[in-house]
Amino acid sequence: MRGSALDIRDLAKTFTLHVQGGVRLLVLDGVSLAVEPGECVVLADPSGAGKSTLLRAVYGNYLAQGGRVLVRHRGRVVDMVGAAPRLVLEIRRHTLGYVSQFLRVIPRVPTEQVVAGPLRAQGVDEGRARARARAMLERLRIPERLWSLSPVTFSGGEQQRVNVARVFVADYPILLLDEPTASLDAASRHEVVELIREARGRGAAVLGIVHDPQVRGEVATRIRTLAASEAP
Amino acid sequence: MNAEEPPLLSVRGLVKRYGARVGCLDVGFDLWPGEVVGIVGESGSGKTTVLGCLSGRVPADAGRVAYVRGDGRTVDMLRLDEAARRCLLRTEWGVVHQHARDGLRMGVSAGANVGERLMALGARHYGALRGRALDWLARVEIGLDRIDDLPETFSGGMLQRLQIARSLVTEPRLVLMDEPTGGLDVSVQARLLDLLRGLVEDLGLSAVIVTHDLAVARLLAHRLLVMRNGQVVETGLTDQVLDDPQHPYAQLLVSSVLQP
Repeated sequence: MRGSALDIRDLAKTFTLHVQGGVRLLVLDGVSLAVEPGECVVLADPSGAGKSTLLRAVYGNYLAQGGRVLVRHRGRVVDMVGAAPRLVLEIRRHTLGYVSQFLRVIPRVPTEQVVAGPLRAQGVDEGRARARARAMLERLRIPERLWSLSPVTFSGGEQQRVNVARVFVADYPILLLDEPTASLDAASRHEVVELIREARGRGAAVLGIVHDPQVRGEVATRIRTLAASEAP
Repeated sequence: MNAEEPPLLSVRGLVKRYGARVGCLDVGFDLWPGEVVGIVGESGSGKTTVLGCLSGRVPADAGRVAYVRGDGRTVDMLRLDEAARRCLLRTEWGVVHQHARDGLRMGVSAGANVGERLMALGARHYGALRGRALDWLARVEIGLDRIDDLPETFSGGMLQRLQIARSLVTEPRLVLMDEPTGGLDVSVQARLLDLLRGLVEDLGLSAVIVTHDLAVARLLAHRLLVMRNGQVVETGLTDQVLDDPQHPYAQLLVSSVLQP
């Protein structure tokens, strides 16, 4: 596992709900999983097993209580668990791309700007970032008349495609995909499958949640369950 | 945000008491160049006290506020003499007050409010001053035909935008904002937030923003401090604190927000 782009070891996550009587929910109980460059590992547990929690914990959105999330970031290995917020932001900017289940954007920012955002953050100049954003929007079949509008009012499928576009527009070495093809029509689904294949082709390590059996078959190089990682 | 560079501002052990009542107790945090830190918490939690102590407007009882000046020297804001402190506030720091009137001179024109800060830095050429003032009024979306009007004639949202122009025209290295969208209509708030977000990104501002509005914090801040009863009860990456708060009070705060 020396060359793993992402190496999750014994990751633990418990939610303590202080507002609801201190209920403790054990969601991740020592999950271990490594993803190599060029691989697409798909998590295949049923709903509620903690798949999305795992992706969020890897992204630093949820705070893990134990274990390590080793990420290959700009040539060195960094542990996301316990990393300073500034480092987490830097890793997100350059290394970790995350397609969340639902698009969350700043109101009134035009779609083209939303999609160009990650490239701008990486230091790509405005013109080039815009051009790549437009190409990606075109590829994901978002009509050009919508590019100057905020995606807040878009349909579910359009929002999901914007969500995919703004991550795939930047060539992140590691991709976390939470149901990237849910609520997409067949043509768009096919385009996302192609994007994932191309990302793998350039050496990206992909960790995803895909329920659709057909899409899963088309993108997965390996299928895993969270439960399996408890075995030695 | 280079991981190796030192913080611009380093706050340690900040204490302020109002008689027997605690204003803030043992507050500490670092602010790096280009970073925006949000301080959230309910009214009376000590947010504004902390902000006041940073600039020296509120005299702290104990602690250290180390600031790395533009010339590379580190000064402790709490131990700076009054003249030096005022000079820094005029040149390298910008303060945006919750009530725009506190940050503006209501007796002089909008243009003068913006130009004055530049004049304090030694700018004298009238045409250049007026040009810069016009630039900034446009930037904060105030009609250029209003440059000679008194702030008295402005709406609440316009006053706040004028105050922001006045604070930022000198391109400060550090900006302190106290509830910058407080007391404004929601639609006006939204435009102001858009404006602030753009300025923070374009100018690479370092800022400390006090707000009780978690949506404002999510939009503007990289990191959050959650305060309660004068103390910091939780800190972390903004989205992590808001999506997975750890402290009971932080959980209560987040779960109390109505989702529209």
